[in-house]
Amino acid sequence: MSKKVKANVAEALEGLSDGARVMVGGFGLCGTGAKELTLISNNAGSMGKGLARWLKAGIVRRVICTYVGTNEDLHRAMADGSIEVEIVPQGTFVERMRAAGAGIPGFYTPTGVGTVVAEGKETREFEGRTYVLERALHADFALIRAHQADPFGNVRFYRTARNFAPAMATAARTAIVECDHLVALGAFDPDDVHLPGAFVKRVVHVPEHEDVIEFRTVRPLPEVH
Amino acid sequence: MNLGIGLPTLVADHLAPERDVWLQSENGILGMGPFPYEGDEDPQIINAGKQTVTIVPGGSTFDSATSFAMIRGGHVDLSILGAMQVASNGDLANWSIPGGRTMGIGGAMDLAAGSRRILVLTTHTTKEGEPKLVATCDYPLTASKVVQRVITELGVFDCAGDRFRVVELAPGVTLDEVRAATGAPVEG
Repeated sequence: MSKKVKANVAEALEGLSDGARVMVGGFGLCGTGAKELTLISNNAGSMGKGLARWLKAGIVRRVICTYVGTNEDLHRAMADGSIEVEIVPQGTFVERMRAAGAGIPGFYTPTGVGTVVAEGKETREFEGRTYVLERALHADFALIRAHQADPFGNVRFYRTARNFAPAMATAARTAIVECDHLVALGAFDPDDVHLPGAFVKRVVHVPEHEDVIEFRTVRPLPEVH
Repeated sequence: MNLGIGLPTLVADHLAPERDVWLQSENGILGMGPFPYEGDEDPQIINAGKQTVTIVPGGSTFDSATSFAMIRGGHVDLSILGAMQVASNGDLANWSIPGGRTMGIGGAMDLAAGSRRILVLTTHTTKEGEPKLVATCDYPLTASKVVQRVITELGVFDCAGDRFRVVELAPGVTLDEVRAATGAPVEG
């Protein structure tokens, strides 16, 4: 078995220690004992589930996210000042990680020009339009969930669960993939790999997941006559 | 085309199939379909509002960097967004009310900055009766000078610099009623 494949979550998270910068896509929960974390995640949890448990446990010092929304634990922590929160436009958030992973220290974007997001940042005109300089966003760890992974760390995602995961994997020094299915080396057609194994340092197989639906929206079945 | 969270999502129910409209959801779908039939919902197929949805034949799923390349790179023809305030010069404020709870930015600033055309769909006034169509936004901006058109229950209006210009009034609505409910000059 490849050295990348870890027997359990605890082993997969080895070295995640105090003060770490951690990017989290859609990932389960894990008790590492680490604290003073910088948590980089789109929503940072919701409904008391997922990363909301990290917030409640008091192990997070800083959050970089795009949307607070229904995350009551984060609203509370923002209000009492226990967690410092940086809110970033979503496209800038992912592009900062993509840049970090691609060896690009910064980039100019039209997003946020003329708003609080651009305050204190360098702006520059290109062909008559103003852009703001945004910097790469790195992390120590990325925790991402994949549908399938092989022992080299090649990964395939399922539907809209892909979101930030590939960019996070490239932007972190250690990307840890939690996969629903661990497949054999060679099981993927090379054309079908979503994230090549070079970006993934550890793989842990977690077959059981509690998949929470935040807003269950359905339409009634058509009536059969 | 991308539909913002809230009122704009209702547009999906009124799209004629022959219009060949492809809905984009910024969390990574092009070709978003209607809500699933009861029992078919999948927690890993959701829209940007975190509601369970479906994907139409020909649809695709992708990561967020690709999704925002589509948005910021001008590959989305139209975004229909909600608003807290919209100014006659096209300034849009739809993410934060001073003194209120900050919900976050999400994809709003990228959609506003990157879509080829921005249409705002909103109630004409707040619940308290304050105009949402104003001369200058005093809420934090989402983007500057991006909105071309505003549709409310009172009518359809174009942002025309220092004024709104009436494109169409809702049935039974007079220009005086619109002017009384608007915080900027309205040209008939």
